[in-house]
Amino acid sequence: MTKGDVKLLGSWASPYVLRAKFALKLKSVDYEFLEENPGGVKSELLLNSNPVHKRVPVLLHCGKPISESLLIVQYIDEVWTDCPSILSSDPYDRAIDQFWAAYVDEKVYPSMRATLTAEGEEARAEVLTKFKEGLVLLESAFVKCSKGKRFFGGDQIGYVDIALGAFNGWFKVIEKAFNVKLFDEATTPNLLLWVDTFLAHPAINDIMPTTEKLLAFATSIAFPFPAIKAAAAARIS
Amino acid sequence: MASTKEEVKLIGFWSSPYSRKVEIALQLKGIKYQYLEERDLKNNKSPELLKYNPVHKKVPVLIHNGRPVVESLVILEYIDETWTQGPALLPKDPYERAMVRFWCKFIDDKCSPAVRKYLTLGPETDGENARAEAQECLKFLENELKGKKYFGGQTIGMVDIVAIGVAFWQRTLQEITEKELMNKQDFPLLCAWADELLSCSAIGDNLPPKDKFISLIRSRREAATATTK
Repeated sequence: MTKGDVKLLGSWASPYVLRAKFALKLKSVDYEFLEENPGGVKSELLLNSNPVHKRVPVLLHCGKPISESLLIVQYIDEVWTDCPSILSSDPYDRAIDQFWAAYVDEKVYPSMRATLTAEGEEARAEVLTKFKEGLVLLESAFVKCSKGKRFFGGDQIGYVDIALGAFNGWFKVIEKAFNVKLFDEATTPNLLLWVDTFLAHPAINDIMPTTEKLLAFATSIAFPFPAIKAAAAARIS
Repeated sequence: MASTKEEVKLIGFWSSPYSRKVEIALQLKGIKYQYLEERDLKNNKSPELLKYNPVHKKVPVLIHNGRPVVESLVILEYIDETWTQGPALLPKDPYERAMVRFWCKFIDDKCSPAVRKYLTLGPETDGENARAEAQECLKFLENELKGKKYFGGQTIGMVDIVAIGVAFWQRTLQEITEKELMNKQDFPLLCAWADELLSCSAIGDNLPPKDKFISLIRSRREAATATTK
């Protein structure tokens, strides 16, 4: 259901843009997607709507811009209230949601970026070890937050599911390109299951780009990380 | 409405802006709490801090009825949602709330680091780029104050509390380093806002004692110079 005109400025491969898309889909909000060319010239609309950071995603609701992916998700949750909540209703649980979402941004993305930029097998192995340590912490967070259910949010996809799940496509790309496992039965059994449960959810499945498409993008000229190009190209050929 | 049997504790550090911001919020809301000062945050963190914030091991940590809340922005929103007495730290309208969160994040993630970076650069480094970046950040805040007494409008809100780092910590550092950054000519609204904010007792009474703070900054700067020689 729409409450006024909704547009989303973004790039199809960005996990941050995916967060906004997931939230809009979960709330059944109709919107117009305006594709920004990744690595290309930024549109005037983007520069005017987000003069501070000049980056996607930007949600435009009745012409008013909201930027920063997690703020967009919260905004969507607070405006479209006649659908299941994304954030927990209890203030304490909401604080826990915010904590882990912030943790994802602070630790998970830099680890992922470090994996993609590491030069050589040894450097990458070191980065991957640290990355997996962070995922073990998220495993224990999942156990506490999910309370035995399928998602961080319980029965429904919640805020932390969206915050972390937006990276699931790229996690699969890293696993395929470098022939590694980020999640495993021994250290992250719950997250191992959660990744596939999340990706199989109809709202997510419809939107998440395929691993093949992301990998093709990662090996294209447009992509800024050469290491993955080399590794992926070696494996694909 | 908060129950009378509840227990509120705050683990903090006297010179930490993040810790003081939470104290200010608690004071504004009239919430009684027990304050636990970390004696040696750098070298000897207390068992309580490690227990209640095992992930980041940092202050501030709010402990409400035995349950910890960490990260200052998260704590401020939690306080606003849990205790409805006193001034609202965030507005009710979703768009205005998104803007408050945006500016708070901007101050913590972009503005404060840029200002601190410029003010702590050594004399041998060319600070022009750093200065320009810091000024650009402050300009955004200056523009945000147009037509307003506070970032929160007529009353102090969450952005004002988060921006206290700029009003006190960074202005003091600016005085110590004698670097030209946030001046009345380029930033008249921001300077007037800072003066106004610090004159409020809820804010002014909850800041680090200035002399003690200046000594701390000076000794840290001397230690930093000594190790780089």
